[in-house]
Amino acid sequence: MDGPALEFRASYEEQYGFREPERYVFKARPGLSAQVVDEISEMKGEPSWMRQFRRKALDTFMAKPMPTWGNTELLQGIRFDDIYYYIKPVERQGRTWDDVPAEIKRTFDRLGIPEAERTILAGVSAQYESEVVYHSIREDLQKRGVIFTDMDSGLREHPDLVKRFFASVVPPTDNKFAALNSAVWSGGSFIYVPPGQRVEVPLQAYFRINAERMGQFERTLIIADEGSKVHYIEGCTAPIWSTDSLHSAVVELIALKGAHIRYTTIQNWANNVYNLVTKRAVAHEDAIVEWVDGNLGSKLTMKYPAIYLVGRGARGEILSCAYAGKGQHQDAGGKVFHAAPRTTSTITSKSVSRGGGRASYRGLVKIHKGAIGSKVNVRCDALLLDERSRSDTYPTMEVDEQDATIGHEATVSKIGEEQLFYLMSRGLTEQDAMALIVNGFFEAFVKELPLEYAVELNRLIQLEMEGSVG
Amino acid sequence: MGETILTIDDLHVQVEGKPILRGVNLEVHAGEIHAVMGPNGAGKSTLVQAVLGHPRCEVTGGRIVFLGTDVTGMKCDERARRGLFLGFQNPVAVPGVSVANFLLAAMGTRRVDGQPQKISIKEFRTALKEKMAQLGIGDSFLGRSVNDGFSGGERKRLEVLQMLMLGPTMALLDETDSGLDIDALKTVAGAVNRYAGSSVGVLLVTHYQRLLGFVKPHRVHVLVDGCVVRRGGPDLALDLESVGYEQLAAEA
Ligand SMILES: Nc1ncnc2c1ncn2[C@@H]1O[C@H](COP(=O)(O)OP(=O)(O)OP(=O)(O)O)[C@@H](O)[C@H]1O
Ligand SMILES: [Mg+2]
Repeated sequence: MDGPALEFRASYEEQYGFREPERYVFKARPGLSAQVVDEISEMKGEPSWMRQFRRKALDTFMAKPMPTWGNTELLQGIRFDDIYYYIKPVERQGRTWDDVPAEIKRTFDRLGIPEAERTILAGVSAQYESEVVYHSIREDLQKRGVIFTDMDSGLREHPDLVKRFFASVVPPTDNKFAALNSAVWSGGSFIYVPPGQRVEVPLQAYFRINAERMGQFERTLIIADEGSKVHYIEGCTAPIWSTDSLHSAVVELIALKGAHIRYTTIQNWANNVYNLVTKRAVAHEDAIVEWVDGNLGSKLTMKYPAIYLVGRGARGEILSCAYAGKGQHQDAGGKVFHAAPRTTSTITSKSVSRGGGRASYRGLVKIHKGAIGSKVNVRCDALLLDERSRSDTYPTMEVDEQDATIGHEATVSKIGEEQLFYLMSRGLTEQDAMALIVNGFFEAFVKELPLEYAVELNRLIQLEMEGSVG
Repeated sequence: MGETILTIDDLHVQVEGKPILRGVNLEVHAGEIHAVMGPNGAGKSTLVQAVLGHPRCEVTGGRIVFLGTDVTGMKCDERARRGLFLGFQNPVAVPGVSVANFLLAAMGTRRVDGQPQKISIKEFRTALKEKMAQLGIGDSFLGRSVNDGFSGGERKRLEVLQMLMLGPTMALLDETDSGLDIDALKTVAGAVNRYAGSSVGVLLVTHYQRLLGFVKPHRVHVLVDGCVVRRGGPDLALDLESVGYEQLAAEA
């Protein structure tokens, strides 16, 4: 039984928006060029196939036009020439927190990462700017053959696995930002879980941007071998700068026969970060993939976690939650492709808009011919906290198989004067009452999180309600 | 007579520009139970909601004094923290918020002499168990979302549970007896009787003599068309049953 954190009164600025001085080993010139791409590859000492992959992806990025859908106005605001595409904060990765420079360690201390590592996690990866500066995995998992490392080490230490699966789910040609990531990627996580190994305690990665006009392009690849299970959690924050930063990740999940991957995101970027991410999973026979995706921060998020159900009986679940405050547009949702018989999926989207913020649900469900007996259920709920805010839905369904069951339901509601009065008549301030209502609205999402994260999320919502009422 | 708890002084209230209350006077002292009766649409709910400060109720004249302080201009939550409580005629659902979390949040707002009142989870649980037993509420109640999918009777019991937990100095109960079966009515009436001690005031809005068979009001006020047309002792409620509001209003 845990009440809303009524005593919580810090602002994003104090809690997450702090900055540390830059004492970096290397900072590339701003702007994107073949030279910058080569420099990155060079510094990382990559095999030539990767360097070529990057160069080709750069060409793709340059050739592709900006998206002509979504919030094109905000997208036009990205200054590609002003962004730093690669910053190397430290010479080498730490194995203990003492190996990490003081100002960087201080950052992660304030974010509570070492604490979480001691108490509730099986492994931690902490990325600062372009590189993972600290990494750990519980010894027993290592003994069981579980690989959890940063993507760069993954490429060095497990070249065969990486070569086989890297970009197999999200090719650079998929979209402009996937191409960009492919050209300049750095950091991210590489996970391999051997057959039958079930990792019950979550692994976590935390992504931190500190520098102004930073571009962070981590790349994550998770392979769950037959009958295995893993839960991966990612979080992220950044200082508040007056200029914009860009975060553009690519995440690929491969769940082999009977495997189970759950991928949880709590995105809390500062409101000057563009968050344009491509996340996609492949689920083989009887495999389960779950995207639990929470978007609270950023200026513009465009993210639609996708699942390809390619094996008989595979199951996919997408739970997308968004909070759009002043000056924010959360364009989120999910995509599911049913390409095998008896596959099932659900997409649940919950969004809250306030202070002129905008939340969009964009979804695609495709049932391929031959995916007989497949089932899909889509549900979108939007809550508007005031008249100025906006919510819209763009659902697409493509059904090429008659023998399939499809459900779709959408609701939009406004926070009611009666609800507020009821809660306030019990002594709750207007902002606490709002926070309680919003927390209740997100309950379906919150209950999917480990307790500590649920508490944290409730606090974040409380924080978002600060100053929302006059 | 105990100290004055609530004074409603020549209260005029408009809802969406329409005058609903037209000069209501009412005074509740410590230790008293009052009943407000009247036909549908008379303004009974408007009266109790105005006392709590519903933003829809625009006070165009008069004032509300609670424990010696004029609370007329105060926001609803401030009045609540000072010890005013309203049991709603139609409590709204708050999906996703469990009864337990809601009660805990509400308890966290309590003030004693203006100071936050600290209550440990253990004390909270103990008090909750005791009150729930009093009202015949099962444990499964706590995990459910507030009023979400509750039956009419369950909603009313939850209102009374909140009253017992929050311990207000002045409780206004708006048709808390409606929709209760006879056993539930007895339980709720018993709880109200026990609650109404020498130091608190209670005001019941009701349509039924039935409730007044179990809870003895000191004063009965009859509200018709935004005005109190009759006042009297418990017997007035009986007269009402036989005469009806219309005649009573005509006599006034
Ligand atoms: N939200 C509202 N908007 C406009 N008028 C309202 C609103 N709520 C109440 N009223 C009007 O105010 C008047 C008094 O309503 P109120 O609910 O106070 O009556 P009541 O005495 O409690 O009736 P009942 O016995 O049916 O509960 C009615 O004419 C009603 O139509
Ligand atoms: Mg009423």
